Amino acid sequence: MANSNNGVGAMTAGYSDANYHKKIKMQSTVIFVVCIILTVICLLPIYILVVNATRTSTDITSNGVSLIPSLHFFENLGKLKTIKEYAISFNAFYGFRNSLIIAVFSAALSVFFSGLTAYGLTVYDFKGRNAAFTFILAVMMIPIQVVSTGFLQFMVEIKLYDNYIPLIVPAIAAPQVVFFMKQYMESSFPLSIVEAARIDGCGEFRTFLQIGVPMMKPAFAVQAIFCFVTNWNNYYTPSMILLSNKIEQRTMPMMVAAVLGNDKLSDYGVRYAVVAISIIPVVVVYLILSKYIIAGVALGGVKE
Amino acid sequence: MQSLQPSRRKSISYAKYGYFFILPFFLVYAFFMLYPLINTFVLSFFGNGRANQDTFVGFQNFQYILAGGSRPAKAIHEEFILSMKNTIILWIGNFIPQIALSLLLAVWFTDAKLKIKGQGFFKVVMYMPNIITATSVCALFLSIFGNTKYGAVNSFMLSNNMISEAINFVTDETKSRVIVMFVQTWMWFGNTMILLMSGIMGINPSLFEAAAIDGANSGQIFFRITLPVLRPIFIYVLITSMIGGLQMFDIPYLFHEDVNTIRPSLQTVAVFIYKHFHATDPNYGYSAASSVILFFITSLLGSVTFAMNNSSKDKKKNKINRQQAKARKQLGGF
Repeated sequence: MANSNNGVGAMTAGYSDANYHKKIKMQSTVIFVVCIILTVICLLPIYILVVNATRTSTDITSNGVSLIPSLHFFENLGKLKTIKEYAISFNAFYGFRNSLIIAVFSAALSVFFSGLTAYGLTVYDFKGRNAAFTFILAVMMIPIQVVSTGFLQFMVEIKLYDNYIPLIVPAIAAPQVVFFMKQYMESSFPLSIVEAARIDGCGEFRTFLQIGVPMMKPAFAVQAIFCFVTNWNNYYTPSMILLSNKIEQRTMPMMVAAVLGNDKLSDYGVRYAVVAISIIPVVVVYLILSKYIIAGVALGGVKE
Repeated sequence: MQSLQPSRRKSISYAKYGYFFILPFFLVYAFFMLYPLINTFVLSFFGNGRANQDTFVGFQNFQYILAGGSRPAKAIHEEFILSMKNTIILWIGNFIPQIALSLLLAVWFTDAKLKIKGQGFFKVVMYMPNIITATSVCALFLSIFGNTKYGAVNSFMLSNNMISEAINFVTDETKSRVIVMFVQTWMWFGNTMILLMSGIMGINPSLFEAAAIDGANSGQIFFRITLPVLRPIFIYVLITSMIGGLQMFDIPYLFHEDVNTIRPSLQTVAVFIYKHFHATDPNYGYSAASSVILFFITSLLGSVTFAMNNSSKDKKKNKINRQQAKARKQLGGF
C-alpha cells in the first residue's frame, strides 16, 4: 500500500536514478502477478460452470472439475424441456422476458426521476430544499428489509401482489440514485448554463431535458447500468411480491432458485446447464458493453 | 413582470419549479416506502399469525425477540440473536477484505508510475462477478462446493486422493460462513474498486504533482492526499456497503442443499424477517418488530457515518455554496 499513488505528472518530478526505476518495475511485476491470480479466481468458477454444463451427469459425479468441455450441452438443455420436473420449475423464455421487463422499466424510471429530483434540488433554491435533501439522505439508509413487512402486508391488502407494479414503480423513488446524481451535478454542472437557457427563453422543464439530461449523461449511464443490474439480479422483492410463484411470472433468479429448491432434480449436468443459461447471456452482453460500462462507471465518479 | 412583484425585488423567482421537479419522487416514496415503513411500525405492535393479526399486544413482540421468556418466546429470542450474530459475522467477513482489496487495486490501477499492463482487461474481469445474478452465483458455488461426493471440489479431491471423505462445505458452520463471505467478496470487490478508482481519478493531478515536487513519498501522498480527498466517495462506498451488508439475503437464504431448510449458521436478519412474513401463516408481528429493530440499528450506524463525514471542511464548502447561491439569486433576473 505504501508504494503507490495516483499522479499523472508525478513521474516527471525529478526522479532519475536507476534504482528507482528498478523498484518501480519490480512493483509493477508483483502487482501484475496479483492481478493475474485475481483474474483466475474471478474466471475459474464461471469456466467450471460452462464446462460442466456441457458434460453428462455421470461424468460430473465421477469428477466434478474438468477443464476440457464435453459435447452434451444441447442434450442437457433438451432435458430441461423433456423432464417434467425441470419443465415445471424452469422456463428460460419466461425468465428472461420477465426479468427484462422489470429491469428495463425500473432502470428507465429510476434514472429519469432521480435526475429530475437531483436537478430540482440543485438548480432551484426553494423553501424546504435542504429539508428535502436531508430527508433523502436520511432515508437512503433504510434497507428494503426494514419496510418489507409493512410493504408486503400493504400490497396484499390493496391486492397488488402477483403484480409487477410494486416491482417497477417504486424505482421512481431511489434515494441512493438521487444522492449520486446530486453529487455529480454539484461537481460538474455549471448553474450559469441554466440561466443562459432562461435568457434564451427556454422553459424550465425543457432546460432539464435538453441541457440537464445531456450534461448528466455519464451519471445517467452509470446509474442506469447499476439500476438495471440491481433489478435484474433482484431475488428478494420479486419472490416476496409474486406470492403465487407462477412459472409465467417468475423472474430468472426465481427460476434458478426454484431449480435449487427442488431435490427431485438430481441430474448435475442439467443443473449446471440451468445456471449457465442464466449467466451466459448476461456475461456476453456485459462483455460487449464492458468498455462502455467501465468507462461510464469511471466517468460518473464523484469528483473532488 | 415588474409590476406584479414588489418593486424592490429585482429577480424572477424560479423557486416554485423546484417543487414540481421533486414532487414525483416524494409521492412515490410516500406510497411505496414511507407508508409501508409506518405500517411496519404499526404491525410490530400487533399479534402473530393470521388469527391474532388484529390483536394489539403492545411491546410483547419486542419483548419476545429481545428478552425471551417462556418457551415460544425463548425460541424466537434465540433465533433472532443468532441471526444478528450471523449478519455481523458475514458482513465484517466480506466487507474488510473487499474494501482492502478494492482500495489496493484502485490505487495501483490509477498510479501513473506503475503503468500496469492490461488494466482494461483486469477491470472488465474483476467487475464481471458483480453483473451475475446472486442466485445464479449461489447455485454455482453450491454446485462447486457441494456437500456430497458429487460436489465439484469434493469429487475432484476425492478422485485425486487428496481427501478420504467428502468435506461438509455446506453443513459445517465455519466452512459455510467462509464460503458465503468469499462469495460476497468475489461478487463485490470489482464494483467497489471501480467506484474508488473513479474517485481517485477525479482528484486534481496538480495536487500529486505539487506533492511530488515538495518531495513527498508515495506513502505520504496516499495518506495525506489520496485518502482525505477520497473521503466523500469512500463514505459513499461505506454507506452502500453497509446497507448491502444488512440486506444480505440471497446467498445465505439459498445456500443449502436440502429443500426448505435454511442453514442456521447462515440465517441473517434479512432471512429471519423474510422467513416470518413469507410463511403460509405469516407472522407479521415478529418480522415487523425485528424490522423496527433493524431500522434503529441502521439509523444509528448511518448517523455515525454522516457525523464522521460532516467535518469543518464541508461546512466551509457549504458556506461558499450559500454565498454563491446568494450571488446567483441577486443576478437571477438581471
